[in-house]
Amino acid sequence: MKTASKPAAPPPAVLGAPEGEPRRAGRRPGGPWRRRLAEQSRAYAFLIGGLLCFALFSWYPAIRAVVIAFQKYTPGSGGEWVGAANFTRVFHDPEFSAAWRNTLTFTLLALLIGFAVPFLMALVLNELRHAKAFFRVVVYLPVMIPPVVSALLWKWFYDPGAGLANAALRFAHLPTSNWSNGADTALVSLVIVATWANLGGTVLIYLAALQSIPGELYEAAELDGANIWQRVRHVTIPQTRFVILMLMLLQIIATMQVFTEPFVITGGGPENATVTVLYLIYKYAFLYNDFGGACALSVMLLLLLSVFSAVYLRLTRSTGEDA
Amino acid sequence: MSVRTLVSPLTLARPRGRAVYWTVFTGVVLLFALAFLFPVYWMVTGAMKSPDEVVRTPPTLVPHAWHLSGYTDAWDLMDLPTHLWNTVVQATGAWLLQLVFCTAAAYALSKLRPAFGRVILGGILATLMVPAQALVVPKYLTVADLPLIHTSLLNDPLGIWLPAVANAFNLYLLKRFFDQIPRDVLEAAEIDGAGRLRTLWSIVLPMSRPVLGVVSIFALVAVWQDFLWPLMVFSDTDKQPVSVALVQLSQNIPLTVLIAAMVIASIPMVAMFLVFQRHIIAGISAGSTKG
Repeated sequence: MKTASKPAAPPPAVLGAPEGEPRRAGRRPGGPWRRRLAEQSRAYAFLIGGLLCFALFSWYPAIRAVVIAFQKYTPGSGGEWVGAANFTRVFHDPEFSAAWRNTLTFTLLALLIGFAVPFLMALVLNELRHAKAFFRVVVYLPVMIPPVVSALLWKWFYDPGAGLANAALRFAHLPTSNWSNGADTALVSLVIVATWANLGGTVLIYLAALQSIPGELYEAAELDGANIWQRVRHVTIPQTRFVILMLMLLQIIATMQVFTEPFVITGGGPENATVTVLYLIYKYAFLYNDFGGACALSVMLLLLLSVFSAVYLRLTRSTGEDA
Repeated sequence: MSVRTLVSPLTLARPRGRAVYWTVFTGVVLLFALAFLFPVYWMVTGAMKSPDEVVRTPPTLVPHAWHLSGYTDAWDLMDLPTHLWNTVVQATGAWLLQLVFCTAAAYALSKLRPAFGRVILGGILATLMVPAQALVVPKYLTVADLPLIHTSLLNDPLGIWLPAVANAFNLYLLKRFFDQIPRDVLEAAEIDGAGRLRTLWSIVLPMSRPVLGVVSIFALVAVWQDFLWPLMVFSDTDKQPVSVALVQLSQNIPLTVLIAAMVIASIPMVAMFLVFQRHIIAGISAGSTKG
């Protein structure tokens, strides 16, 4: 604090130094070469901890995934090259197509429900002028409940006998459902859980985006005789298009990696109806001890998701520069 | 003070507009209470029902008799103190290590101009493109047998702590913030004789309180909520965090006891949220629009 309040210091002596040269006053004895070495070793002293963790737990595993995908790998004794055998074996597993079909259906449903519901909620919440803080806290509450607890909670709701879901249906004199225990309803049931647990964040982000729409646009549209739906269509949606697109991409990336809900609620069943790709990776590694197959699957998932990630980063980068 | 939104203030001021507004308002309050508060109520009271009552159809809205035994049984039978303590240790360690290593690395990348700094930053940002969950298996194999030193971090909190440091998102947040601190301020400190560490500690960090708060919350919540990674790392039941223990034990435990354990496991994060709700909500809303 004491130094921060000082008047701006005169520029250091090396102001005339060529570009790229460290612009710091040399206080140490020794030539520029030694000074530079000292600077670098200090910089790396700060960097090394983080750098090692990234090297060990991000970069090295990414390379290893590709390597092991082409190996028969046994922990402890290393791997032997098997070419594309892992890929062909995984490809012929009947669970493989089920896992991809489920993951893609899950993502698509989560996108439809997970986009429409939070967007409508944000739209309505933005019009309400009372109890604003209450709504924001309540909608975000499920996000703060551990995902495992949400999953177990809904597993109990979906219980065919004592579950709340069927109790509500019976109360309304509607036919009951098998929910997560029926082959054709299981996936939708899981999408509902995921949406319930995660929509809080999406609603808050949409709300922030809605608040940044200039009011004059609505006024102008109203003067032109636009009714409320036309205003949503021609003002709200175009103005929030970028945020919508961004959240959709993030949601695709997140839901393609869904694991907790199927693992806890359905265990992948009934009849493989809820096995997802990440679940299958887990099974290959920890049930079949087939690390080569698990890595082959990981590489496939990685390639697909990287496309979405690249688009996302590209979009955020380019608009970040405009702003 | 209020900004113009979809519906004009004029429409709202009319009697009909006001009637519609209050109808919608009541509807939304009821819907939110039903969708988000009722499940929580159901969980908290479900744990207090008797084992017979909790499976009764149709279910009872309010427990006939309030039993606290569900909660006390959960505490003892499921060994919750151990698992909660494991979670606290894992989350706190991951948080502290992230603060130390990510801050130091972000400071170095932002202000100290290390050689190959751009390459390193590029490599770190590239990990943002690689979805973390897709790499759990090779990450597990690495943690099980660290290269060169051949040590296993399985069943060790270090297996949570060290991978948590490799958090590109938090590191980038910190770096972006440090980038905005003018170089003059730091140079003034150096001329006064402060070393790099001293500058970081007494000038950069006090200026960075808001971003450190955001990073802290992200770090704590991420570890507390995580399931797949601790499931792989901890095969020893005694060392599992509460999220893993809940699922492992959920099969052979009475329903009321399980529900009580779920409530207890949710309390810390929900309490933290209620205390810091203003900051957390502001952080999410602000972070999104700025990209």
